[in-house]
Amino acid sequence: MYNFEFVKPGSVAEAVAALKDEEAQPLSGGQTLIPTMKQRLNMPGTLVSLTGIPELVGVSADGGTLTIGGATTHAQVAAEATAYPALAALAGNIGDPAVRNRGTIGGSLANNDPAACYPSAALASGATIVTNVREIAADDYFQGMFTTALDEGEIITGVKFPTPEKANYQKFEQPASRFALTGVFVAKYADGVRVAVTGASEEGVFRWTEAEAALSSNFSADAVDGLTASADGLIGDLHGTPEYRANLIKVLTKRAVAAAA
Amino acid sequence: MTTLTMKVNGKTRTGDAEGRTLLVQFLRDELELTGTHVGCDTSQCGACVVHVNGKPVKSCTMFANEADGAEIVTIEGQAAEDGTLTAVQQAFQDHHGLQCGFCTPGMVMSATALLKENPKPTEADIRHYLEGNICRCTGYHNIIKAIYAASGQDVSSIAAE
Ligand SMILES: Cc1cc2nc3c(=O)[nH]c(=O)nc-3n(C[C@H](O)[C@H](O)[C@H](O)COP(=O)(O)OP(=O)(O)OC[C@H]3O[C@@H](n4cnc5c(N)ncnc54)[C@H](O)[C@@H]3O)c2cc1C
Ligand code: FES
Ligand code: FES
Repeated sequence: MYNFEFVKPGSVAEAVAALKDEEAQPLSGGQTLIPTMKQRLNMPGTLVSLTGIPELVGVSADGGTLTIGGATTHAQVAAEATAYPALAALAGNIGDPAVRNRGTIGGSLANNDPAACYPSAALASGATIVTNVREIAADDYFQGMFTTALDEGEIITGVKFPTPEKANYQKFEQPASRFALTGVFVAKYADGVRVAVTGASEEGVFRWTEAEAALSSNFSADAVDGLTASADGLIGDLHGTPEYRANLIKVLTKRAVAAAA
Repeated sequence: MTTLTMKVNGKTRTGDAEGRTLLVQFLRDELELTGTHVGCDTSQCGACVVHVNGKPVKSCTMFANEADGAEIVTIEGQAAEDGTLTAVQQAFQDHHGLQCGFCTPGMVMSATALLKENPKPTEADIRHYLEGNICRCTGYHNIIKAIYAASGQDVSSIAAE
């Protein structure tokens, strides 16, 4: 790994100032960034740690909204997001306990790995990504594999999730990495159902709108029976063909609805 | 280089680290605590698990700088000064929970963390908790048995194979 300067500010304002340097990059749990730096795929001049900033950590529920600080670990979300059990369960199944004790929601959403779990929860919940400068709707935030609406030096300070009436996440694990080979998050709100799919598309997380329409009028697993998820643009690799993933999308959607209902 | 200070296995220790120095390198090379192993260096195997402020983490995937001022517990901090093993360590010996022993420091540190969070885990709880700890020798069954026994539960209820 190439060497770099390490700084650990105590506030968001100091972190933002340190990130003005073009060569600087934020470091949260490091569970994605450290492996990529070891492979020399990434070589920041300065790493600005976000792990010493109390205002970035915490889980709070208030009037139908669950707010999670950007540097909150997966373990803390699993333990404290009791107002949104499907989200707590998702966090508690990311990686393994050691990964969950370091990895954070902000790091996961900033990275937008096409097989990561949190992007599906954010998109299915119509969450709001809060940064040091603005608020971004999940529908505008995810812009394809490893690509987001974040600008250089912009940091995720928190995420606001409207809490659903019912929700469930089904992850079909890729057996070696334990990321989602395909994962489906279904969330039912008073004004309709949202279905987000991760792990399947070359474009990263996306909404399965046909299933949303069918489930909004009839929230039962059977409502999806007549639908077929398209294999166009889906990932094909040694773990599964695009057609296999398309079938998984439907199967996992049905399982998620059955588990939520 | 910066000078870091940590409380390691109850003793205050200082040492020098670059930005890129991993916690596991700091423990092994700077503090000469070589009980913590590096199996993969890619966050997969868990041989490097130590406790940072009471929580298990993969020390190959954390910078030493992030642990400045923290309390670290490693495998060297388990047995008593006179060599008396902890319940988890003793159970690994009694139930043949190790063969080559390479994964064992990480297994013991993960198992110890599990029993602190969940003193009476089921077999399924143990297997789920050890998802990030890989063993190339034992086939896991005796590790699971050892942890189950260390929790004070009757291991005869765990399948033999
Ligand atoms: C063995 C293993 C198994 C895993 N399994 C899963 C899994 O099953 N599902 C899953 O979803 N993930 C999984 N992960 C990934 C894990 O969830 C990571 O924690 C997460 O993807 C990145 O979070 P981090 O806090 O570690 O970010 P870091 O690695 O610190 O950073 C990742 C990227 O985000 C940027 N960044 C970090 N924080 C912010 C912020 N607040 N604002 C803006 N940019 C920021 C960094 O600059 C970097 O580019 C796994 C990881 C490992 C090592
Ligand atoms: S050496 Fe750290 S996980 Fe393998
Ligand atoms: S005992 Fe050899 S790797 Fe586990």
